[in-house]
Amino acid sequence: MQLEALNNEYMCSGHVACPGCGAAVAMRFLLKALGEKTVMIIPACCWSIIAGPYPQSTLKVPVLHTAFETGGAVASGVRAALDILGDTETTVVTWAGDGGTFDIGFQALSGAVERNENFLYVCYDNEAYMNTGIQRSSSTPYGAWTTTTPGQQWKRLRKKNIVEALVAHRIPYAATASIAFPEDLIAKARKAREMKGARFLHIYSTCPTGWRIPSEMSIKIARMAVQTNIFPLYEVEDGLRYTINYSPKGYLVDEYFRLQGRFKHLTDEDLRQIQEMVDEDWALLCRKAGNSPRA
Amino acid sequence: MPSQRHESRGGKCVKQVIEGSHAVSEAVRLARVQVISAYPITPQTHIVERLSEYCAAGSLAARFLRVESEHSALAALIGAASSGVRTFTATSSQGLALMHELLHWAAGARLPIVMAEVNRALAPGWNIWTDQTDSLAQRDTGWLQLYCEDGQEALDTTIQAFCLAEKVNLPVMVILDAFFLSHTYEPVDIPEQEAVDRFLPPFRAKFRLDPTAPRAFNQLAPPNIYMEMRYNMQEAMSAALESFHALQQDFAAVFGRGHGALETVACEDADIIIVTAGTMTSTSRQVVAHLRARGEKVGLLKLKLFRPFPVEQIRQALKRAAKVAVIDRNFSFGASGIFAQEVRAALCNLDNRPRVLGFVAGLGGRDVTTDVIEDIYWRTKKMKGSDQENLWVGLHEVDHAIGSLE
Ligand SMILES: Cc1ncc(C[n+]2csc(CCOP(=O)(O)OP(=O)(O)O)c2C)c(N)n1
Ligand code: SF4
Repeated sequence: MQLEALNNEYMCSGHVACPGCGAAVAMRFLLKALGEKTVMIIPACCWSIIAGPYPQSTLKVPVLHTAFETGGAVASGVRAALDILGDTETTVVTWAGDGGTFDIGFQALSGAVERNENFLYVCYDNEAYMNTGIQRSSSTPYGAWTTTTPGQQWKRLRKKNIVEALVAHRIPYAATASIAFPEDLIAKARKAREMKGARFLHIYSTCPTGWRIPSEMSIKIARMAVQTNIFPLYEVEDGLRYTINYSPKGYLVDEYFRLQGRFKHLTDEDLRQIQEMVDEDWALLCRKAGNSPRA
Repeated sequence: MPSQRHESRGGKCVKQVIEGSHAVSEAVRLARVQVISAYPITPQTHIVERLSEYCAAGSLAARFLRVESEHSALAALIGAASSGVRTFTATSSQGLALMHELLHWAAGARLPIVMAEVNRALAPGWNIWTDQTDSLAQRDTGWLQLYCEDGQEALDTTIQAFCLAEKVNLPVMVILDAFFLSHTYEPVDIPEQEAVDRFLPPFRAKFRLDPTAPRAFNQLAPPNIYMEMRYNMQEAMSAALESFHALQQDFAAVFGRGHGALETVACEDADIIIVTAGTMTSTSRQVVAHLRARGEKVGLLKLKLFRPFPVEQIRQALKRAAKVAVIDRNFSFGASGIFAQEVRAALCNLDNRPRVLGFVAGLGGRDVTTDVIEDIYWRTKKMKGSDQENLWVGLHEVDHAIGSLE
C-alpha cells in the first residue's frame, strides 16, 4: 500500500454522520483510492445528509445529489456527457445505500449494467433504510429487528445476494469490501478505477444507530462479519472468475450477533440455524471460487 | 392549412413532406443535441427512432442512451445536463406519468432539458389516441409547456425550445397531439444547419460537474433557502414569458416566420371567442371562417404557451368578447377542463369580464370535427344563466346507461 494515497483527503471535517458511522469511513477510504478526478452521484440515503446542506459540502469532488431510484441512470447520463465533452479520464461513481441499490434503484442499476455503462457503482451496505429510521430492506439479514420488522416479526427472510445478482449480468467487475479492511478496500477501488465498463463495489458498512451498537464497536463488528464468513471478501471478474481475498478463521457467528441490539431477541436455536445458513453460503462461495477457470 | 400559415422569407431551406414526429427529429438534429436518451412508447417512437438512426449514421454527433425505462431516460438526462451538455428526450402518456418525480428534479435543478411529449390518453382503458390530460397533469412541475398545431410549428418550436431552456435554465416540453400531428405528413420547411447555428449557439452551462472546480448540486436545502429557490424558479418563468416574445423576433429575423405565445383569429370585433390548443385549432380555423361568412361575430384564440401562462395577453385578446368557449381535450376530475380553469382565472379580476364556458371534447382521441365545433358555437350563443358552464360534448347514450346502473 502506497502511503501517499492514504495521506490524500477528499473529505473535509464537519460532515454530519452519527459517531462511528461506517458509511463515513467507507467514503473517506474510497475517495483516497479514487483521487480527485471523480464525479460522485448520490441518490437519497444517509449520505444525502452526511454530505452537508447547501451551501456546504463535505466532499472535495463534484457531487450530484439525485432521486432515490436513479443511481444507475444518472451515472449513465453523466458518463455520456463527459465522454462527449472529451473527458474520458474522470471516474463516474454512484454512491448509494442498500435500499437505493438492492430495492428501489435495482431497475436502473440492472439497466446500466446490462448496457455495460462505464462507471463504478458503490453500495455502502448498512443493511436497512437508515435515513428514514431503520426500516427493513432486502439487504436486511435474517434475524434482524428493524422498525418495520419489530417484535415477534423480526426478519425471517434471507438477505438478497446483490453481488450474485450482478454477477448474473456478467458484470466486468464485482467485489465486496469492508471498512475493517481498508487496504483491501483501497486496492479494489483502485483496480475498479483502472477498469472500463460497469463495476460494482459492495462495502459492508456498520451503522451504530440502526444496529444498536456502541459507536466505538463499529470497526470491530465489521471485522467480525468478515471473520465469521457472514460477509466474505471476494471479487468476481466477468461474472466468472471468483477470487476469495481473505481466508477467515471461521469464528462462530454467535458472538457477532450477541454484540448487536438488533439481534437481541434471537434464541440459541435461531443462532444455530443462522450458523447453518452462513456455513451453507460460504461453502457455495468456495465451490464457485474453486471451480473458477483461473490458474 | 399549414402551407398558408407558415411563410419562409429568410434563408435557404428545403421543403419536404414529412411526419410531425420527424419534424421534431429534424429540429433535434439541427440543434446539435449531445446526449439523447429515450424509452419507446407509442406514439412517441418515430421521433426517437429517427434520431437513433442519425446517431448510428454519424449525421448527429450525440450519444444515444437506450435506457430501460422513461424514469431512467429522464434521470440520465439529469446527469448529462448537469455535466453541461445539450440534451433531449421524448415520451408520451404513461411514460410521462412515470417520469413525474424527475420532472420536478429537472426543473428544480434548473436544467435546460428539452422533451417532446406526444399527447396521448392515460390508461385504463388502454388508449393510444390523443388527449392532453397527460401533459396538463404535469403543469405544476416547473416545465415550460408549448403546444403545437402542425409539423412546421413542431420543428420551429423544438429549435426555439433549446434557446428558451438555456436562456432561463428551465426544462421545456414541446407538445404534439398523437397521430393528428405526430403521424401526419405535411410539407415542412427544413432550415439549413448554418441558419440554425446562427439562431442557436452551442450550449454553455454556467455550472457543471467538473473535477477541476468541484461543487455539490441539488443537496439538502433547509427552510432558510428552499423558498428562495422556488421564488427564483418563478422569476425564471416570468423571464421566459419575456424571452419567448423576444425569441420570436430573433427567429423571424433568421427564418422569416414566428409563432406567438397565442394567436388570435378575427377576435377584434368578436362576440364569442373559441379557445383551443393543439390540432383542434386547425379545425376551428375553418369553422370560424365558415361562420364569419354567415355573418356570425366569432373569433378564435389559439393557446400555444401554457407555462408560463400569458395572462396579460389572454386578457387583451378576450376582454371585449361577451362569451368565451374553451374546448378542452383534457379533464381535471372534480373540477373542469384545465384550459377553461386557467382562462377563467386569468379573466376573473377584470371588471367587465366575458362569461367563460368550458366544453370537454375529444377525450381519448375522439374526433373533434367541424360539426362538433360549430355545435359548440351555437350552444355558446344560446346559453344563458350560469348552470351550464361546464359541458361534455358528444357523450354517447351508452355512457349514461352505464352511469345509471345501480
Ligand atoms: C421515491 C422515494 N421514496 C422514498 C424516499 C425516502 N427515502 C429517502 S432515503 C430512504 C432510505 C435509504 O436507504 P438506503 O438506501 O439503505 O440508505 P441509508 O439511508 O441506509 O444510508 C428512503 C426510503 C425517497 N427519497 N424517494
Ligand atoms: S444512521 Fe447509520 S448510516 Fe446513517 S449516518 Fe447514522 S450511523 Fe451512519
